[in-house]
Amino acid sequence: MGKTGEELYNERTKRVRDAIALKVPDRVPIWFQDASFFPAKYTGMTFREAMYDSDKLFAAYKKTFLDFEPDLYFNPGHALHTPGEALDAVRCKQVILPGQGIPVNHSFQFVEAEYMKADEYDEFINDPTGFTICKYLPRVYETLKPLQNIPPITGLLLGYFGMPLSAGFAIPEIASALGSFYKAGLIVQKHQAKAVAFVKEMGDLGFPLACGAITLAPFDLIGDTLRGLRGVLLDMYRCPDKLLAAIDKVTPLMSGLALAQAKATGNPGVFIPLHKGSDGFMSLEQFEKFYWPSLKKLILTLIDEGLTPCPFFEGDHTQRLEYLADLPKGKILGFFDSTDIYKAKKIIGKTMCMSGFMPLSLLQTGTPEKVKAYAKELIDVVGKDGGYIMGPKSAMDEANPELVKVWFNFTKEYGVYR
Amino acid sequence: MSKELIDAIVNMKEKEAVDLVKKMMDKGEDPMTILGACKDAMDSVGKRFEKGEFFLPELILAGEMVRQISEILKPKLTGELKTKRLGKVIIGTVKGDIHDIGKDVVVFMLDVNGFEVLDLGIDVPPQKFVEAVKDFQPAVVGLSGFLTLAFDAMKETVEAIAKAGLRDRIKIMIGGGQIDDEVRKYAGADAYGSDAMEAVSLTKRWIGGK
Repeated sequence: MGKTGEELYNERTKRVRDAIALKVPDRVPIWFQDASFFPAKYTGMTFREAMYDSDKLFAAYKKTFLDFEPDLYFNPGHALHTPGEALDAVRCKQVILPGQGIPVNHSFQFVEAEYMKADEYDEFINDPTGFTICKYLPRVYETLKPLQNIPPITGLLLGYFGMPLSAGFAIPEIASALGSFYKAGLIVQKHQAKAVAFVKEMGDLGFPLACGAITLAPFDLIGDTLRGLRGVLLDMYRCPDKLLAAIDKVTPLMSGLALAQAKATGNPGVFIPLHKGSDGFMSLEQFEKFYWPSLKKLILTLIDEGLTPCPFFEGDHTQRLEYLADLPKGKILGFFDSTDIYKAKKIIGKTMCMSGFMPLSLLQTGTPEKVKAYAKELIDVVGKDGGYIMGPKSAMDEANPELVKVWFNFTKEYGVYR
Repeated sequence: MSKELIDAIVNMKEKEAVDLVKKMMDKGEDPMTILGACKDAMDSVGKRFEKGEFFLPELILAGEMVRQISEILKPKLTGELKTKRLGKVIIGTVKGDIHDIGKDVVVFMLDVNGFEVLDLGIDVPPQKFVEAVKDFQPAVVGLSGFLTLAFDAMKETVEAIAKAGLRDRIKIMIGGGQIDDEVRKYAGADAYGSDAMEAVSLTKRWIGGK
């Protein structure tokens, strides 16, 4: 008799929890981390279909999980963000979707731009909500452009004297903008209902979910979605005080966002993909001034609230390891990409559980022998005395399913702690 | 005043640098001298980047300062700054990938190290690389890619160059997010580099340099 879903769920949950708490689990857990489009590729659908057909997407993930049996998983609702149809309904300019300027089997890609101008910091800091509605949304979503002319919301503070403002919302362009947002919302709502059902079904089948929330490092919020890389890096020289004030302003917003989502999903894992603070992007001095304090504050707040921050240290963070060593022990699951595995184990091995490090090049173009040899090294080095979850360096869109199978089987066999 | 201008640029004093140039122009300084100072400053910025003292903010700001200065000089410029170029390199982000940060840093570093660089931009189809190799006649081609889809796009690009009979004339280097020696073998490139400095040293080794 095989184990029941509940038994499997409890067994895997304990394995993962032990690893995160830096205790030695029964074996090294393994997962896809951000499986991204791998299930689509594995089940033979295009990346475009994965973004446009939620039913097919969730079915692909289910089949992939049943076939590979990961110890933990990332909700594809997160991995693939928002259904393509919803992004189309508001004509999102911030992302290129498969089949729209790039081939149907290519991953979506982010388009950075200066969605906030350098001279708009004060406006943003004084009223982030107003800025979001009247400036940000009109610039990112084409159909929401008319919102730049929305009536001043604070006029409604006049009480019923403010009611005449409602006429402004009935102007055809604004009504149609709000209508497109409503349409997108309905699509997302349907997708989310399916995601909730999926999480429930996967739980029943024995698969625990890693993260119920997503947020950004405060510096990255400014850099990724508002100012763009070029903008935010120039601001470090041209208007450092304003940049720091904006970072201060959004720090509680970023933790609040995570808390609200965690409450709604009932899952304590908070995914924090880090983008612009890694080695090579800025100096340690700049990291210390602009990037780290607010990220540290965010992480500590989440831990205080009983959540498990899961920062994705994309790129190389080897020079930043000493900072990470400062964080509370056994409370964080860090995803790692190209950071040096020996230094990582040595410097933060007793601080946080690490996941990742498996080269996507090997999983895509390697041989079974090479895959096993590197997985062995990871288990021996990073997995020594616990604190490691086997995972890929980054989103494994194009991995070869046969090599992934070899990788999973080997880890489950060799990764047993004796 | 050239020395002051170089210092202002290298010390990231944007306003000071631009004001100095305006002052120099008012005094009737030869725009070519100012351009030469800019070039020296950029070389120095590149060296500091190589040493790990400068990072992306400094590269971007230095580029921005020189852009502004060039705008000021433009109406008075009579010729181009003649610099000795060590050899030609083509750089581009491969088909399907629209990432440009890494590529731009490589272009910058090759340029300040004295190479003539043709930047083909992002999402460059194999055929465009082939045409550019024919027309521009580089000694080195650099393929950049951030996403894993770049592995196949790099392989296709190398194959297209080979099919056009141009493979033996050039060295091909690759780099970006998940690129390593496994991908180099898979794509059939000559080398991979993990950062812009490696792109420079590979190019120097192949073309010969200072």
